[in-house]
Amino acid sequence: MSGLDPIETFRQEAQELLEQVEQGLLDLAHRPGDRDLIDAVFRGLHTLKGSGAMFGFDALAAFTHHCETAFDRVRKGEVPATPRLVACVLSAQDHMRALAEGRPVEPGAGEALLADLHAAVEGGDAPVGAAEPAAPDARKWKIRFSLPADALVNGARPLPLLDELRDLGDCHVRVVTDDVPMLEDLVPTECHLAWEVLLTTPHGRDAIDDVFIFVIDEMTLEVEELTASRDLDNPMAEAAGSPSAVKAEKSTETAAAQDTRAAKSGETVRVPAERLDEMMDRVGELVIAQSRLKQLASSSLDTALRAVAEEIERLAAEMRDTMMVVRMVPVIQLFGRFRRLIHDLQNDTGKKIDLHIEGETTELDKTVIERLADPLVHLVRNAADHGLETPEQRLAAGKPEAGVIRLSAVQSGAEVLITITDDGRGVDRDRVRAKAEENGLITPGQVLTDNELLNLIFAPGFSTAATITNLSGRGVGMDVVKKTIEGLRGSLDITSNPGQGSVVSLRIPLTLAIIDGLLIRVGASRFVIPLANVEECVELSPAQDLRSTGRSLITLRDELVPFIRLREQFKTGSAPDPHQKIVVVSTGQDRVGLVVDQILGDHQTVIKPLSGFHADIGAFSGATILGDGGVALILDIPTLVHLGQRHDAQMRVAG
Amino acid sequence: MSAILTVDDSASIRAAIKIALSSEGYNVTEAANGAEGLDKASAGGFDLIVTDLNMPVMDGLTMIRQLRARPAGAGVPIIFLTTESDADVKAEAKAAGATGWLTKPFEPDQLVRVVKKVLAK
Repeated sequence: MSGLDPIETFRQEAQELLEQVEQGLLDLAHRPGDRDLIDAVFRGLHTLKGSGAMFGFDALAAFTHHCETAFDRVRKGEVPATPRLVACVLSAQDHMRALAEGRPVEPGAGEALLADLHAAVEGGDAPVGAAEPAAPDARKWKIRFSLPADALVNGARPLPLLDELRDLGDCHVRVVTDDVPMLEDLVPTECHLAWEVLLTTPHGRDAIDDVFIFVIDEMTLEVEELTASRDLDNPMAEAAGSPSAVKAEKSTETAAAQDTRAAKSGETVRVPAERLDEMMDRVGELVIAQSRLKQLASSSLDTALRAVAEEIERLAAEMRDTMMVVRMVPVIQLFGRFRRLIHDLQNDTGKKIDLHIEGETTELDKTVIERLADPLVHLVRNAADHGLETPEQRLAAGKPEAGVIRLSAVQSGAEVLITITDDGRGVDRDRVRAKAEENGLITPGQVLTDNELLNLIFAPGFSTAATITNLSGRGVGMDVVKKTIEGLRGSLDITSNPGQGSVVSLRIPLTLAIIDGLLIRVGASRFVIPLANVEECVELSPAQDLRSTGRSLITLRDELVPFIRLREQFKTGSAPDPHQKIVVVSTGQDRVGLVVDQILGDHQTVIKPLSGFHADIGAFSGATILGDGGVALILDIPTLVHLGQRHDAQMRVAG
Repeated sequence: MSAILTVDDSASIRAAIKIALSSEGYNVTEAANGAEGLDKASAGGFDLIVTDLNMPVMDGLTMIRQLRARPAGAGVPIIFLTTESDADVKAEAKAAGATGWLTKPFEPDQLVRVVKKVLAK
C-alpha cells in the first residue's frame, strides 16, 4: 500500500472530489436553494484548491480558486445558484478535470470559462473571450423600504420589487419584522413588513428609484450610499499571461512523462471503505465463531474435530492479521504531504517555517487516514497562517526567526494522539471573542471559560481571517475539521499560550479494529483490557490488601504505583476473591494498577462501538462478544489511568 | 401563463396591447369600457389589468375603485394609461387603487417592461 506516488494519489483524490462536486451541482440544478448541497460543492472546490496547490498543480489551484470564490458568494447568500451559474461551474469542472489529469488544454479556454462564470455571478452579459472584462466600479447602497398599508390591495408586490433590485447587481436582502402586530390585530391584506437591502451595483440612485417608481410617493424609502469598496477580486486579474498559465503547460509535459507510471496504476485496486468495513465485520464474526468452536472442541474427545478447530483457529488468526495489514497504513502517507505544503506556505506567506515530524511509523486505519487528510491540511494551514508571526515580529519578540510547526503521532492504547504544535503568537482571545460576537455565536459580554472561548474557533461560520487569501479558511476549515474528527468518534482540543504558540490535539480512536485483549473478571462480570496497555500482572496478597486499605499505592520494584480497585469502582457488591491480581497498565508515561478478581487469559477482541446512549461513559471504549456468546466491556485505559493519578494526587494532599 | 385584461375604448390601442403582450406569451382578454372591464374582472382569473382612464359608460377611475372594493379585485395589479404627465391624475388614480401607470404614446417594449415589473413572477 505504501510507496504510492503522491501525485498519482492526488489525481485519484481529484477525480473523487470532482465527481462529488459534479453530483452536487447536478442535484443543485433540481434544488437550487439547498444549503447542504451548496456547502458540499463549496467544500469540494475548497479542498481541490488546497490539495492542488500542495502538489504543484498551480494552474488548477488558481482556476479552482475562482470557482470557489463564486460559490462562496452563493454560500453567503449574496448570489442565487442560478441554472446558468451551475452550468458554468459544470463546464469549468471539465476544465479542472483536464488540468488535474494533465491533459493539454486549449490556450484561453480557462479564461473564457472564467469570464462566463464571472458574468453568471454578476448576472450581466458574458464578455465573450475578453481577456479583461471591464468590471465597472461597483457602488454599495443600503436601502430600507416599507410599503404603505394598502399597497398589497392595490396590486403592488414586494417580491417583484426585490427581484428588480437583484437584477441591478449583487443583492443581500433582510426582512424586518419589527412592525408585525399581534395576531388578533393583524389585518391580512395589509403589508407589515419592511426590507433592508444591501445592493452592490454599477447603477446609480436613479436605477434604484426607478424600481420603486409606482410606489415611491406613498412608501418610506431610505437609500444611502456606503463607502465604495471593491472586495471582489477581478477574476481575470491573474489568469491571462500569468506564471500559472505557463505552469499549466509545464505540468502537461511532466504528465506525459508520467504516462508510463499511470499505466501501472491498474495494479492498485481502490476499494470503497464500506466494503472493507463489511469484510472487517465478517472477520470479526469469524473470530468470535472460531473461539466458540475452540471452546466446544476443547471439551470434546473427538480428535478430528479438535484438529479442524485448531486449523480454523490458525486460519482465522491469519485472516485477521491480513485484514489488519490491508487496513493499516503508516501516517507517513499523511504527513509526507505536508513538506510540500509547508514549502508553499513559506513562499506564500513570506514566513520562515520549520516542519518537524514525529512518529511517522505510527499506523492508523486506512479509512481514518483518508478522512484525516483534509482536517490536517486545514490545521497546518491555520497554524502557518494565523499562528506563526513574520520573521520580523519573531525577532522583535525575542524568538528565533523561523517558526516551528510540529506534527506528531503517538499510539496510546486504543487511540492515536495527533498533535499540531506551533510556537507562534498563540490565539488572540480578544479577537476570537469579537469575531464570535460579530457573527452572533455568543452574546456580547457572555461569560466563557478560556477553553470554551478557544473552542469557538471550531464553531461553524467562524473565521478570523480578515482577508480571503489562498491560504487560510473562509470559515470553512475549522468547523469541518471538528465535524470530521467527531465523525471518526475522536475528539479535538486546543490549548494556547499567548506569545508561545498553540497546540491542537486530535485523539483518534482505532475504531472498528481487532485487538488482542486480556480478559479479566471483576465480581461476576468480564472485561477486556487492551493487551497493548498491559505491563505486568502481580498478585495482591490478602496481607498486602489489608495493609493498603485506605491507601491506593503499591510498591513495585521500589516504585510507587497508584492502583484502583475495580470492584469498588464498578460497585459489584461482591466479596473480593482470596487471590486478587493487580494488572499494571500504562499509557506511555503513567502507570496504574487495576485490582481484579481473576485473570481469565488472552482474548482476540473485535471492538464493537457502544451505542449513542453509552458513548460518553468514559471508562469503556467499546464492547466485545466472547466465545460463549457473552458480552465483555473493553476498558478505556487512558480514562482509568487519569482517574488513578487524580485519586493518587488527592490522597497525597489528604496525606 | 398569466392572463391580462386590457380595458380601452380605442380598438387600435387594444389591438396594439394585445399584439405586444401576446408575443410575450401572455393571454390577453379585451374589454371596450369600464363597465365591461368591471364585469370581466369581477369574475376573477386575471393576473393584471391594463386600463385607459377616459372611457364611455364607466371611466377607468370608477372601475378601479369598484374593483378594489370587490374580493376579486383586491391585490390584482392595475396599470392605467395616461397622456397627462401631471402628478394630479396619477395621484388620483393611485388613490383609487391603481398599481402603476404607463404614459401614452408608448412603445411595445415599454409596455412589456411595465407589465413584467408589476406581475408577480
